[in-house]
This record gives sequence, C-alpha cells and structure tokens, in this order.
Amino acid sequence: MTAQLTLGPILFHWSAQDKLDFYARIADEAPVDIVYLGEVVCSKRTPFFEQHYPDVIERLERGGKRVVLSSLSDVTLKRERDMIAALCEIESHEIEINNTAGLLHRSGRAHRIGPLMNVYNECTMRYLAGKGATHFALPVELPRDVAARLATEAAALGAGIEVQVFGRASLALSARCYHARAHGRSKDNCQFVCEQDPDGMPLRTIAGQDFLVVNGVQTLSHSYVNLLGEIEDMQAMGIDHFRLVPHKLDMVAVAEIFADRIAGRIEASEAEAWLAALDIPAPFSNGFWHGIAGGRRVGALPA
Amino acid sequence: MMKRPELVCPAGTPAALRTAVDAGADAVYCGMQNATNARNFPGLNFTPEELQASVAYAHDAGTKVLLAVNTFPPAGKFELWRGAVDLGARLGVDAFIVADIGVAEYAARVHPGCRLHLSVQAAASSPEAIRYYCREFGVRRVVLPRILTVPEIRALAAEIPCEIETFIFGNHGLMIEGRCSLTNYVCGLSTNMDGVCSPAADVHYDRAADGSVATRLGAFTIDRFGPAEQAGYPTICKGRYLAPARDEAYYAFEEPVSLNLSALLPALIEAGVDAFKIEGRQRSRAYVRSVVSAFRQAIDQTLAGETPALADLIALTEGQKETEGAFKTKKWR
Repeated sequence: MTAQLTLGPILFHWSAQDKLDFYARIADEAPVDIVYLGEVVCSKRTPFFEQHYPDVIERLERGGKRVVLSSLSDVTLKRERDMIAALCEIESHEIEINNTAGLLHRSGRAHRIGPLMNVYNECTMRYLAGKGATHFALPVELPRDVAARLATEAAALGAGIEVQVFGRASLALSARCYHARAHGRSKDNCQFVCEQDPDGMPLRTIAGQDFLVVNGVQTLSHSYVNLLGEIEDMQAMGIDHFRLVPHKLDMVAVAEIFADRIAGRIEASEAEAWLAALDIPAPFSNGFWHGIAGGRRVGALPA
Repeated sequence: MMKRPELVCPAGTPAALRTAVDAGADAVYCGMQNATNARNFPGLNFTPEELQASVAYAHDAGTKVLLAVNTFPPAGKFELWRGAVDLGARLGVDAFIVADIGVAEYAARVHPGCRLHLSVQAAASSPEAIRYYCREFGVRRVVLPRILTVPEIRALAAEIPCEIETFIFGNHGLMIEGRCSLTNYVCGLSTNMDGVCSPAADVHYDRAADGSVATRLGAFTIDRFGPAEQAGYPTICKGRYLAPARDEAYYAFEEPVSLNLSALLPALIEAGVDAFKIEGRQRSRAYVRSVVSAFRQAIDQTLAGETPALADLIALTEGQKETEGAFKTKKWR
C-alpha cells in the first residue's frame, strides 16, 4: 500500500466555528489521505459540535479524504457508554475504537484500534485482528524495535499500521479534569474553561522549566513529537500510515512538509528546515521512538 | 447476613508475604522479579524458588496467592510474560492478575483451570469494558479503578458477571492506570512495559543553601520543600507546578494523600464488593503488619455488626493526610 498521511482527531476544545474553518481548509488544501473525526478526550464537549459532523464529513469527502470516526478514550458515565455504543453501530464509515467498551459492541465487525488502546505486542494484535480489527494506531510511547515487530505482524495479518509523527504526545488520562482544577472548579462545573487553551494549558515546573500541558482530563507533552527524520526508516519497516495531531498552527503547511517527505520529494534536512520555519513555540522530541526519555530529541538513526 | 469479603494484601517480598499471611490476609498478591509486574522495583518481588516456598506457606495457612502479571509485554519480549504465567500455574497460584489482552488470552487458553483477575492496569471502568474481558477470557474478578463512588459500584455490580475488588487503603491515584507514559517521557522507562513508575535511579534531592530541598525526577523538578518540611518522593502526578491561572505552585493533579476507606466498609460490602485490596507492595513489613491486622479486625467487626475502630491507620498514611477519595462523592472530578 502506498503510504498514507492521516490527521488525527482534534484533541483540544476548539470552538465549533474554529473546527468548521479548520476542516474546510483541510478539505480543500491539505494533502492528507485520512481524517479522524470525533471527540476523544471529554464527553462534555460533544454537544458543541455534534450537529456539524454531517457537513464536515461531506466537505472532507468532497475534498477526497477518507473519514474515520474516533471514539472516546475514557468511558465511565452513562452518557459515555451510550456514545460509544452508538458509534459502534455506525456502518457508513470506518470507526476507530479508543476504549475497550467499544470492543464488546464491535467484535466481529470491522474497526480500527486507536492509539489510546494498549496494543504492545503481536499476541494482542493478532487477537484483535481475529475479532475484526483492520488497522492499528500504535501507542505513542512505543520504541522503534517494538514498532518494527508490530509492523511485520500487521503485514502478515493484512492490517494497516500507523504511528504519530507530529504533535504533542498524549501522556496520561484521568477521571479528574485538571483544567477545571487549575481554575478552582470541578468537572461537573467546569464551564468549559479548557476552551481558553487551544493547544493545552502549560504546566511549568517550580524551577520554571516547560514540562507538560493539560487538556481537560488529558495530560500531554510540552514538546511536539517530530519524526520527520525517522520516516524513511519507518517506511522501510512497513509502517504505512503517518499521523499528524492537529494544533493551532498552519496544519496545511505541516501536512505538506510531511507529505513531501513521505513521497521522497524532499530530503529530511529540507523538511526539517521547512518545519522549523513554522516557529512552533515548543521544542521537538523523538525520544520515545529511540527508546529513551520521550521528551528528548536525538539525531535520526542511520538507516 | 453480609457476605464475607476477601482481604487482599500486598506482598512485595517473601518476608512481607509471611507477615501478611500471619496478620490475617485472605489472599496476598505478588509478582516476579522482572518487568512482568507493575511494581518492578529493585529489592522487591520473588524469585521462582521464593514464590514456590511462599505459595506453600500461604496455602498451609489457607491464604490464596494472586500473581500479578499485569504489565504490557512489548513485541519481542512476550516470552518473559508467558514464563511468569507458566511458572505461576506450575506452582499452583490461585489467580493471575492480568491487564494485557495477549497475556489474558494466553493464560486463559493454556491454563484454563487458573482464575483470571483483571488488573486495574486494564482501566476497565464501565460494565461493557469489564464484560468484554469476561466474555473473551473468562475473567472472574475485576479490580476497579479508584474513581468510582459507592452508588456507582453498586450499579456496576448488577451489570457484570464477575466479582469486584476495590482498593481500600494506600496510594490514591487518579490517573487512569495502564494509560500513563509520564515516567517514560522523563526517564525512558515505561510504566506499562517495564513496570516502573518514578524509578529511584532517576530521583534526585537537590539541597539549596537555605536548607530547602527540590525533588527532581530526571531533568524535571517535581516539588520543593522548606527546611523544616519532609521532602516527598518525586512522583510526577503528585508534584507541584506552575500554571497561568495560579499565583503559586499547586498540586496540578492531586494532593499527596492516602486512600482510607475504612469508614465505608459496610457500605462497600453492601454495594457488592467481593474483595478489598490494600495497596503497598513497596511498603515495609511493619506497615504491612499494622494495616493488614487493622483491616482484618475492621472487616470482622463489620461483619459482626460492630463499628470498626481504625484511628491508628492515620499515622501510616502518606503525608499524614487521608481521603475517602472518589468513593464518597464525585465532586473531586
């Protein structure tokens, strides 16, 4: 299969208008093959955008993108259980499952496995593929050697395999909303304060170091994962899908850089220079991929 | 008549296991000396020979042994997890505590006679997620995340075909377990794959001229303590940080408090909890003896219709502060 560039779901609480504008531009201009849509982080946010999905899907599909619908990652409350059950009944589009509750409903029918599910080894992958999983987006913390083995297994199973190559890394999920907590509120009374931070609320250490960002119940890295330098190696090992996590920056430009690099139209060094020119207000990291502290950045491994 | 719940106690070492058994544990949980369990600390856990002797000791006293094989094997290393499961089966442990789907499948297929318990690391927090593991692998008991209220546990009990185990005392964590890469982001060791959280090798206590101490994990400062304060262990989710909405550093995730649900024992039993878990495989034998004895007595008193007395336990809790956490109300969310 030719390599596919994908755009992950918007993890942050952007306004409905911002999301509409964002997807309109993605549909028209971004060289991505697949767009994942859906609220993955907080069920309370869903009413703000639910009515817009049909239009956004139509717009993206007219732009030649394949649309996959992503599920919530934390499913505990009744409304969350109902949401994932309803998603699992959708047959018009592929779905990506991010919580085991979805497996109860969807086993035996085709589905994708999202990066917030724990697929760490061939045995788990094989089991899920036997129950209908067609595609695996790997957890962001997986190192190269583990991903390589999983890519081999996925190829044997005829399944797709996907790695996040750009954007903040999801590091933790919680039942508690840390955005509400920072503002002296509770999750039930959050007043959607997370909307103030479209790329996450920065948490610095007492020593003043940039460290993490908070997105409601999710904690992400301050650094942006950037695996531009590793893409050639990833392609050689059989990874065929490359995911961009949406941020409040020129994502069309980001997509163009990665698409050019995946197609081999530009060298890694040139791609890096283009990405650096976007002035992203955080350092890049690739430590997870290299099996060291995730927040660190090292030079690409020799091919 | 209340049903008699099982008291499940931590056994970080063979000596702690014997202590817990002697103090009245109905079951103990432990792990092998490697990445197959979520408390892979130096100096903790069991060699195969130690596990064999410990199973014999526990079984002689009528105490069950639950083997935690509850991390996520990375591709290429599955053999280590398979080995832990096979060894446990050969030595006659009473259940495996598992989180990974591949490990659950292996244990269920190869050792169908041994019970499977679903680890909290599997993060199964809905009836549907729990029923999935019951349906696919015959899981007999779920260890619930520490995020559900008593009414929620009661409602859940009616919707699942397996037993319920809840934490009752010890560390109070709100991060969804089995979904946390914070340590790996800082240290390069994975909680899920290596069984490591805030490894001691990366912990630093930086003393300043004024006597204050900054605690650090890897390159990142986690908290700072005055000269008169006792510096806490730097766990990322228990640290103090700066945020734009706050004037000063605050516990961005949670306060360093201990969970103590002793007062909720009757309500939890009535809600349908089958087993109570005491956290703390990394704790001392003295700690294990005090906590296990106190909860043995508390459960027995509760079953006899008396009010349990547990004041002594407060001294054992982290930072001398305790909480009923999520179990009483959902306002903390």
